[in-house]
Amino acid sequence: MNKTELLPHLFRTEYRKIVSVLYKHFGFEYPEIAEDIASETFLSAAETWGLKGLPDNPVGWLYAVARNRAKDHLRRNKIFNQKITPILQSAQEDYIDFEIDLSDKHIRDSQLQLMFAICQPVLPAEAQIGLALRILCGFGIDEIADAFLSNRATINKRLFRAKEKLREQKVKIEFPALAGIGARIQSVLTTLYLLFNEGYYSTSQDTTLRKDLCLEAMRLTYLLIENEATNLPEANALMALMCFHSSRFDARTDEQGEMIRYDDQDTNLWNEELIEKGKHYLNLASKGNQINKYHLEAAIAYWHTVKDDTAQKWEGILQLYNRLLQITYSPAAALNRTYALYKARGKQEAIIEAEKLKLTDNHLYHVLLGHLYTDVNKQIALSHLQTALKLTKTASEKNRIAKDIEQLG
Amino acid sequence: MNEFLLIFRQVETPGAEAPSPEQMQNTMKQWMDWLGGIAAQNKLVSNGNRLYGGTGSVVRPGEVVTNGPYVEIKELIGGYSIIRADSLEEATEISKGCPILRVGGNVEVRQIVPMNM
Repeated sequence: MNKTELLPHLFRTEYRKIVSVLYKHFGFEYPEIAEDIASETFLSAAETWGLKGLPDNPVGWLYAVARNRAKDHLRRNKIFNQKITPILQSAQEDYIDFEIDLSDKHIRDSQLQLMFAICQPVLPAEAQIGLALRILCGFGIDEIADAFLSNRATINKRLFRAKEKLREQKVKIEFPALAGIGARIQSVLTTLYLLFNEGYYSTSQDTTLRKDLCLEAMRLTYLLIENEATNLPEANALMALMCFHSSRFDARTDEQGEMIRYDDQDTNLWNEELIEKGKHYLNLASKGNQINKYHLEAAIAYWHTVKDDTAQKWEGILQLYNRLLQITYSPAAALNRTYALYKARGKQEAIIEAEKLKLTDNHLYHVLLGHLYTDVNKQIALSHLQTALKLTKTASEKNRIAKDIEQLG
Repeated sequence: MNEFLLIFRQVETPGAEAPSPEQMQNTMKQWMDWLGGIAAQNKLVSNGNRLYGGTGSVVRPGEVVTNGPYVEIKELIGGYSIIRADSLEEATEISKGCPILRVGGNVEVRQIVPMNM
């Protein structure tokens, strides 16, 4: 890796570590400090390395600079003098000697603790995901804006408000008590799940960015699994789900970044290694006797990695959707259930059930009905596809539906 | 939208043969399909519960306790679910798909009075 590639690479891998440790140290009370120091560190690397060439140990260099800047800050800053000194008068010597701990273990712990701190139900889901991307994943504001199909100003405002909220609520960056982990981890899992979906289902044409979001979600989920106290069955189920979904990453978009429907995918492009990983985590998820939505979704995703298009496969998927919907409703699950019903039992039965859903504002509902009525009633099929075309906002979806109409003849 | 309690009654047939595993699985599937279909319309409020058939007691004034309601009524409540519907008519229509009807049982549909009236 040459000099010009190295710094962006290190930014991606090291910024989040430095910022997590600094956040852990400074807390949400002064959120700008951690991010400022981390950014300054990289700025100074860009300048210094540009002039003097690469240091022998670039990561060590970054950590040392971050540490020194943090210490300078502690020494000089007003906060230190006015607020911390009186409390720490007796321990002042120790404090000056304080080392910002950038050991692997402390980085991991800081990231996990931050994850729990950020995934607070008091914050709107988008704010949680935004903060996770910024602080835990080291994404730039522009990247976050792209991922949300939004702009810099909106994202900046959103992150600022979220940090304000965490400060007001005096959220501490620490592990929840062992007894409370089961409850607290639910918000963490939800955020990671949404983060993954943001990448997997995003309408952004930027496939690299979308893949990055998914990988980050998996990396953070892995942090939970690696840690004994948070290595719970539902975390493994979520990981399994992510592995199974990701296995189709290369098969589901064409060179232009357009989505290829499941039925039309080249199954040779499905990633066997990720499928195997998914099975491994699904096995680990089966410990305990609780079944939640991640288990069911992971099992559904597992069936989707089975290449043979049999009635048994779709009956399996149908029954899992039946259970999933009873736990939690979503329009997507309702549509997918109906699709599975069609594949398992035929169009007649599926049409009856589809007509009951009445998701008339949802373009995918009309796409589904269009498909079900194809070869049954061309007129009705056409009218649904035309409605779908009208309701669809993205160009790639419009293209696909237009193709469907064309094929109808 | 209003909520409706669906009470599933089945006819007690003493001495009937226990269902085979296949039959049980089949029955299970019918229930899952039916409840899944309601849930897919976002009209399932609660799965409710299924009740044990073998035992039960009925408590009456004057410390009269009988061994379940079976003496007077041949039917017993096998379970209940709660659904969401615009009207009694719609709730009734949904209930027509209940698998209990296929084994001679019936569904009683009752509108729930909201708590915060």
